[in-house]
Amino acid sequence: MAALVNPEKSLAGRPIQGGLRLPLPWLGTVPFLGYVALFLVLPAAIVVAGAFAGDHGPTLANLAALTQPYIVQSFVNSVVLSAASASIGAVAGAVLAYAVASGDPRGPVRRLVTAGCGVLSQFGGVTLAFAFIATIGGEGFITLWLQHHGINIYANGVWLYQLSGLTLVYAYFQIPLMVIVFLPALDSIRPQWREATASLGGASWHYWRYVAGPILAPAFLGCALLLFANAFSAYATAAALINQGGIIVPLQISNALSSEVGLAQANVASALALGMVLVVAAVTGLYTVLQRRTARWLP
Amino acid sequence: MNRRKARHLAIFRWTVLAIMAAFFLLPIAAMVEFATRGVGANAPRTLASFTAILSYPDLMGAIAASLELAAITALGALLLLLPTMIWIRLRVPGVARLVEVLCLAPLTIPAIVLVVGLAPIYQWININVSDSILTLALVYVILVLPFAYRALDLGLSGMDLRTLSEAARNLGAGWPTVMARVVVPNMWSAVLNACLLSVAVVLGEFTIANLLNFENLQVAISLLGRANAGVSIAVAVASLGFVFVLLVLLSFVGGRRTRTFRVM
Repeated sequence: MAALVNPEKSLAGRPIQGGLRLPLPWLGTVPFLGYVALFLVLPAAIVVAGAFAGDHGPTLANLAALTQPYIVQSFVNSVVLSAASASIGAVAGAVLAYAVASGDPRGPVRRLVTAGCGVLSQFGGVTLAFAFIATIGGEGFITLWLQHHGINIYANGVWLYQLSGLTLVYAYFQIPLMVIVFLPALDSIRPQWREATASLGGASWHYWRYVAGPILAPAFLGCALLLFANAFSAYATAAALINQGGIIVPLQISNALSSEVGLAQANVASALALGMVLVVAAVTGLYTVLQRRTARWLP
Repeated sequence: MNRRKARHLAIFRWTVLAIMAAFFLLPIAAMVEFATRGVGANAPRTLASFTAILSYPDLMGAIAASLELAAITALGALLLLLPTMIWIRLRVPGVARLVEVLCLAPLTIPAIVLVVGLAPIYQWININVSDSILTLALVYVILVLPFAYRALDLGLSGMDLRTLSEAARNLGAGWPTVMARVVVPNMWSAVLNACLLSVAVVLGEFTIANLLNFENLQVAISLLGRANAGVSIAVAVASLGFVFVLLVLLSFVGGRRTRTFRVM
């Protein structure tokens, strides 16, 4: 009988607040917040602090190091690479998205493409680099096949391991990402708008120029910015493809981190990382603004 | 007139789809072709590169390490996130927004930036705690937060958490029992979803392991690529196949996958 009145059972009848009697409910979030503070917030703080840290207290020397020609060049290269791959990705992705959106919304083509894009947009890094080396590398499938037919794609030098090669490789994950982010905008275009244009005597061109174009433009630009940020922060693919040198900022950061020179370089890495975050933040900010403009017409 | 237009549209659609299919399938096919090449001209197709995987102890070690990391990370993220999310929904909805922002933050911070700040932290951990590759799981939990969060959030919003937990509490269940025996069984698919996504992220991770000098699967593939391209591409094909199977499993688990993660 005594077992019936053990303390655990007697708690059961109490209101829910009686439970564990933690002094404050928010204590339950402490493990999570502590963990995130240690492994996300602290590293971010170290990057910012490191950018201004010198051997003898705070300094701007690390940021000054960013003005060295080879670092400026890597920023320029990164911007060119991101802009080029974002443009290609945005245009090709939008065309593919349109090809999908104009078909049966429940058909197998659409399901296949959206599922495939979901996977491919995450496809990057070493595997992607190797896939392109196996395709158009020196011993690649297509390279050899074309050579067999008398065409040498590397007549003017091996461009796969340069900026233009990176642009092509990046397109492989940029296009699917564009499809995923742009498809919802295309879907919310109403067929009635096209009919309205037609009934007012407008041709297809008028429709795209005065109706669909202006409505889709902010969404398109916003998605392109997202692609830009995506390419700008990508590291693994470039690192796997290019072993030497630092033609883009992420590779510059990894050089600074892994060089033997020591702490001074670590602070330069922080400054580079800070520069990178600022660019990404600016682009993302612009993206948010465009998203708001998009929302005016498209839900 | 209209029929001609429809035909034009159909031609346009199929041309676009065919070109895109070629662009996306060719590199993968080429990888398979490359990995099955024999030595010398006109040599027959061979699986030698795949069987050779077993003869690289470093590579096998890296594969084992990545699989262990994937398991630890998935479990760790679940243990960290699920109780917190349930607790927040029930008792402190005020911090829900903060937790969401923190969980999605790793998507906006490039891994290459994060690793700069992690370097001194890992230096300390490797000297004072352990220099095992498995310590990478600590930061991998952060990397998978966005995906685990979205999956679990979807699962939690699909049930009446308050009623369920109050009923269980009234019957005398403590909080651990509520979570393990009432909440989790009601969202199995979301939990599995979160785990599979975490595994996929960890198996593909390169940036952080490479710059912290740990040899996980991707780093090993990349190192091997300089010595033996055939075998390294064979491993890449195999790991790609493995992740693909995971993602197919995921689509069977049900619960629609939430959007995309970014490419490193």
